[in-house]
Amino acid sequence: MKRSETSQESSTESRGQPVVCFDGVSFRYGRHLVLEDADFDIFEGESICVVGPNGGGKSTLLKLMLGLLDPDEGQVSIFGEPPRKGRRLVGYVPQQIEFDPLFPVTALDVVLMGRLRRGNLGFVSKSDRAAAMDSLAQMGLGDQAKQAFASLSGGQRQGVLIARALVANAKLLLLDEPMAHVDVAAEGRLLERLSELDAGLTLITVSHDLAFVSRSVPKVICVNRCVHLHPTAQLTESRIRELYGHDVRMVQHAHEHLDSHGGHHH
Amino acid sequence: MLTNTLIVTEGTITDFWQALFHPDLGFLRNALLLGLVGSIPLGAVGTFVVARRISYLAAAIAHSVLGGIGGALYAQQVWGWTWLHPMFGALLAALVSASIIGLVSLRSQQREDAVIGAIWVSGMAIGLIFMAKTPGYVDGMAYLFGDILLVTRSDLWIASAVAVFIVAVLLIWHRQIVAVCFDSEFAAIRGVRVEAIYLLLLLLTALTIVMLVSLVGIVLVIALLTLPPAIAALRARSLAQMLGSAVLLTAGFIVFGLWASYSLNLPTGPSIILLAAMVYLLASMRQRFLKD
Repeated sequence: MKRSETSQESSTESRGQPVVCFDGVSFRYGRHLVLEDADFDIFEGESICVVGPNGGGKSTLLKLMLGLLDPDEGQVSIFGEPPRKGRRLVGYVPQQIEFDPLFPVTALDVVLMGRLRRGNLGFVSKSDRAAAMDSLAQMGLGDQAKQAFASLSGGQRQGVLIARALVANAKLLLLDEPMAHVDVAAEGRLLERLSELDAGLTLITVSHDLAFVSRSVPKVICVNRCVHLHPTAQLTESRIRELYGHDVRMVQHAHEHLDSHGGHHH
Repeated sequence: MLTNTLIVTEGTITDFWQALFHPDLGFLRNALLLGLVGSIPLGAVGTFVVARRISYLAAAIAHSVLGGIGGALYAQQVWGWTWLHPMFGALLAALVSASIIGLVSLRSQQREDAVIGAIWVSGMAIGLIFMAKTPGYVDGMAYLFGDILLVTRSDLWIASAVAVFIVAVLLIWHRQIVAVCFDSEFAAIRGVRVEAIYLLLLLLTALTIVMLVSLVGIVLVIALLTLPPAIAALRARSLAQMLGSAVLLTAGFIVFGLWASYSLNLPTGPSIILLAAMVYLLASMRQRFLKD
């Protein structure tokens, strides 16, 4: 089943246990309060965008979901479990900027890292290799498997990182600025690939790009120390001004972009 | 000068081969074998050190080894611990400093480079003080820059065992090590014990350094650990390619460096290292040239 067929149903009610649950979560770096009393739930099949200014706590929010950081107060659960257990079902796509461009590794090697488990010793198994090739093919990168990761274009590298995140049958995909370093044409292709993914997959995307938000997702989490979850339609100028602390002019697009179940049809 | 040139023209590779099998020149054979055995862990561990950009940590571990060597020499002479071979002291010092350096680089809230620099020089200072207080003559230069006369049969056996151990560990954990070097956050999410794997890599680095100290010395071993992988990285598309080329390059540098050292009557360690450095320079210039 394709996401686009079900995105409308998923915005209606009754969906059991949340995929992500933040319950009164606060986090500090030293004395600096980064997140204050974050309280929200995200359900299966939802596609959510996280927006907010730099240093507002977006990355902290992702790291809390991944169990890379622990909250000072409150509780985070992923699929009803502590993040360190629940994260085996989470696919994470970090920002491309994090990678050493001189690290010699092929696209296939990168995707195979997604099949690692603790105690997975010795050489790569045939099934791991087959799954990694499938995952690359799904992103349209089957022919690039043996190429050096660093030699690929920004869009292709992003595809490889998404393939790596999905290869272990992730049920929740976290993308950190997925469209940075990706040109417009490649961005369109990536969005299309993402929209073709299984409808049961939950997507959480961190993005600076508010245009991307309005085009692609029905719900938005605004983070600037405080965390608010809105349908994209309710993301008004005054809310954005409040969030970023300066004037932003919103332009209503001609088609259905800002309605509450808008995403995924391009 | 003149005699040197004479030796150049006469010191052909055949003479070197004859010397290798000469019964009185067993040290040369030992040195060559140690170099060839060592080239496997050097190329393999060096590949990860270069890819992860932790040459600086490796250099700190190598230099702090002098503390262990000095301590062992002192204990042999003053306390009569004749069983404490300097290489055991070196091993202990390397493992201790690798652990401290690893923890500092993982956990430190302070300036990591400054702390690691302090460990580097403290290790050397301890070694120099022990050596100064050891009765009789201690040739510190031999440990700093290598002395092939130091290479014994037993060194060779120990080194072979260490090499087998390092290769076995790499075969078992290479996927985890690659994942941690490339993207440690992602590796952590996949359930890999990132800190343990990082420490394991530093301990392997320490072992590799110690096994080659007698051949090229503390100061020069770092070049042999990092130059061949750096050359290999100029063309490699994957870590496996880089590792394979690095091992072959290391073995080549050791064979030709020994040959040059024997033929031109030059100190061995510096000959090997200078050869590697020249090839690195040429290879990176060629790379530059091809790009433009």
